[in-house]
Amino acid sequence: MTSARLPRRLHPGAWWLWSIGLAAAASRTTNPFVLLLLCAVAGLVVAARRSDAPWARGFRFYLVLGLVIIAIRVVFRVLVGARFGSIVLFELPVVELPEVTAGITLGGTVTLEGILSAVYDGLRIATLLICLGAANSLADAKRMLKSLPAALYEIGVAVTVALTVAPQLIESGQRIRRARALRGDSDVGIARGVVIPVLDDALDRSLVLAAAMDGRGYGRRGAIDARTRRLTGALLLTGVFGVAVGTYGVLDGTTPRWIGGPVLAVGCLLAVVGLRVSGRRVQRTVYRPDPWRREEWLVVGCGVGAAALMFAATEVDPANLFPSLQPLQWPMLGLLPAGAAALAALAAIVAPPVPTTTGTAAPVHIDRDDDAGVSDEPELVATT
Amino acid sequence: MIRFERVSVTYPDADDAALIDVDLHIPEGEMCLVVGSTGVGKSTLLGAINGHVPHFTGGTLTGRVTIDGLDTRDHPPRELAGIVGVVVQDPINGFVTEVVEDELAYGMEQLAIPPATMRKRVEETLDLLGIAELRNRPMRSLSGGQQQRVAIASVLTAHPRVLVLDEPTSALDPSAAEDVLAALTRLVHDLGMTVVLAEHRLERVVEYADLVVSVDADRTVRAGAPEEMMRTSAVAPPVVRLAQAAGWDPLPLSVRDARRRAADLRDRLVATPLTARPAHPVAGAPALDARGVVVAYGKTVAVSGVDVSVAGGEIVALMGRNGSGKTSLLWALQGAGQRRSGKVILVDGRDPSTMTPAERVGVVGLVPQTPSDVLYLPTVREECAAADAMVPAGEPSCAAMLETIVPGISPDSHPRDLSEGQRLGLALAVQLCASPSLVLLDEPTRGLDEGAKKRLATLVSQMSADGRSVIVATHDVEFVAQVASRVIVMADGEIVADGPTAEVVTASPVFAPQVAKVLRPAPYLTVDDVVDALGLDDGSERRVSS
Repeated sequence: MTSARLPRRLHPGAWWLWSIGLAAAASRTTNPFVLLLLCAVAGLVVAARRSDAPWARGFRFYLVLGLVIIAIRVVFRVLVGARFGSIVLFELPVVELPEVTAGITLGGTVTLEGILSAVYDGLRIATLLICLGAANSLADAKRMLKSLPAALYEIGVAVTVALTVAPQLIESGQRIRRARALRGDSDVGIARGVVIPVLDDALDRSLVLAAAMDGRGYGRRGAIDARTRRLTGALLLTGVFGVAVGTYGVLDGTTPRWIGGPVLAVGCLLAVVGLRVSGRRVQRTVYRPDPWRREEWLVVGCGVGAAALMFAATEVDPANLFPSLQPLQWPMLGLLPAGAAALAALAAIVAPPVPTTTGTAAPVHIDRDDDAGVSDEPELVATT
Repeated sequence: MIRFERVSVTYPDADDAALIDVDLHIPEGEMCLVVGSTGVGKSTLLGAINGHVPHFTGGTLTGRVTIDGLDTRDHPPRELAGIVGVVVQDPINGFVTEVVEDELAYGMEQLAIPPATMRKRVEETLDLLGIAELRNRPMRSLSGGQQQRVAIASVLTAHPRVLVLDEPTSALDPSAAEDVLAALTRLVHDLGMTVVLAEHRLERVVEYADLVVSVDADRTVRAGAPEEMMRTSAVAPPVVRLAQAAGWDPLPLSVRDARRRAADLRDRLVATPLTARPAHPVAGAPALDARGVVVAYGKTVAVSGVDVSVAGGEIVALMGRNGSGKTSLLWALQGAGQRRSGKVILVDGRDPSTMTPAERVGVVGLVPQTPSDVLYLPTVREECAAADAMVPAGEPSCAAMLETIVPGISPDSHPRDLSEGQRLGLALAVQLCASPSLVLLDEPTRGLDEGAKKRLATLVSQMSADGRSVIVATHDVEFVAQVASRVIVMADGEIVADGPTAEVVTASPVFAPQVAKVLRPAPYLTVDDVVDALGLDDGSERRVSS
């Protein structure tokens, strides 16, 4: 049992599934107490189980973004939003817009109910975003790419390369702009003086990279015959369609029951079969793949269990999840939603502690150009 | 191991063949050095070994290249990945992943090597190249020498039988270059690997080579034992030229061999006083007077409180390992780079940071590490015209300047199509046509062949004779020995040594040029010094300059 508590990196897929479960739970309610509780759970787990790598420091950014979303929704509701309810807060002068805007009016009466409904809606979107932020801070996106099925390997490589290009472009842009100052002229336009050299640089670099990848064996794979290719294409497309429809069905409570779970399950199955078939011919191995052990199952269970409890709550006590605005009622925290949040928070305990990364925490500085500048590169990757 | 049979290569849109009729055999377990001027087809030769030429580059290859019995005609580079490992010239551009350990595994993943074997090989290779402590480091945080060793390690994990390297030490400081070469010799000696490398800095490599392949200007190839090839080669390291001047036979290739033969010469030289290096210091105000220059990026201090004063006509070499702050200092002195604090006074008593970029051009010129950065127009003609527009009439035009630095560049060619030496020449012409009194050169000899380096040395000496001061940041000790009258060594953003060239470079085995190592304690730095002092007949000198 001691081995379970050894610090190790949890499989990034487990954190993603956990946070998807948390997001699914959040999508089922507009109750501000439940939503805030779920946000708190996300924050708690991130604080407990994120690594000290640069990409893990982005959580605060998502919190701020969530507040911005709520603020934007409230401002729009004040300006143009639906007018209902009886508790008038204040009046704004009314601006009649021309005919083409189809009867939108600016200003008018602002009611407490209107504002609250904007806050509830905004809070729900913000919570979904914070769940995403939690996944991003807990799971290394690049390791996630490594765990992609073999058939999606090329996409993973393209994304990895693209992620390194952004900081490189910034760096060569800075270098070239500095060098231009040496010439003393400033009348050459940005396009000619900076953009073209930067693109030249990027092209040169990508040719070198392509040659290096070729020379190291990238793209060694048995050719796939046309029939298999068509079959996998059909399987994947149908599968993705099924997943999309099924997800919609699961998340939107008003759709018929059979569109939810069953379609999602069939879609997933088709997609998995498609990936298996197309990945069969790939001759490649993975170095130090992240293992999937008991802790991964437990963490996923916490996330999915939280979602399931919320779904159950929709059946049992919908009024509690969507607090009434007309008439205005004080929202209550039900037993099931509280249980869901507690279950999700359990992930902070069942996940193994995070090992300290020694190397990546070292100060980044670029020796190659004799310069110690551009040290913000890892942060940049984290926020993309 | 590697066999070329009547191989000719012609690129599309090229009038002449890049290689003509090459017959070459490189046996297993040899360290093979490829020499030749830039643009004669060294890279083509190296690229043909793993099929990069013509599978990737295009062009026509006639004849046959076989490697370990496999014809590159039927095997593209990716199929040969398990047999040939290629390290490109600028390894940072060839890295696919972001962390050292993943990069080492990348090639093996492509070859579908079982995970347990991969794990083992990564650990072995980390130790073999002494980079175990870098395993979790992101690529961009590595220094040049570390990058080069990671690049070698990342192809070694696939257990290739041949390793091909294009100028592995050209960007490295002397001690990092030694580390890389030591790693390579270890591979040849311990693992029987065949190593093929192209290199301009013969003084660093030739003593380790078993076979020298010379790509000549007429696009043909000769191969032979290093000693034989050096005897007739147009380019040779200083130790060989010294031996030729002194008439030693057999030819020594290493400092150690030469020292054994040099007892006589040393005795004669210690007795002969060294004629002082002609410096051209101009009396009066110094060309540059900098006090307490500090450059810091965030929390990282690149230059911490440096004082430099340079007299008119002085040639100062700025040395120090990669990342010691040389570039930051040059940029701060020019005024385009940032400076946290300190004072910089140029010849007319003004501070460059208070001048507009256009005003600075006429006083201080900087040629950056990548000369192409200052070139952004589509033709050489337009570059020259743009440079002339910045300069008051009466100065020599940029085109005329270019013609004296590197003759014979077509004004219609694109700057990016020029060779390394030509591009540097153009950047120099562009920066010098405003006649700045202080010229700063950042790593100008990187990628230059022997001929281009000689022309640069002549140009720098000429500038000094005209009363201009030059500061050259460089790793090239032989170049420093040739041109500089004073050397400043930086470490960790501070100046650790500052004095006449002979004193500073002979004090440290890392910075000492070959001749100084051979003749120590006699304070001679270059073959020319020795020839002048003793009135020797130096046959090689005539051949090199022709």
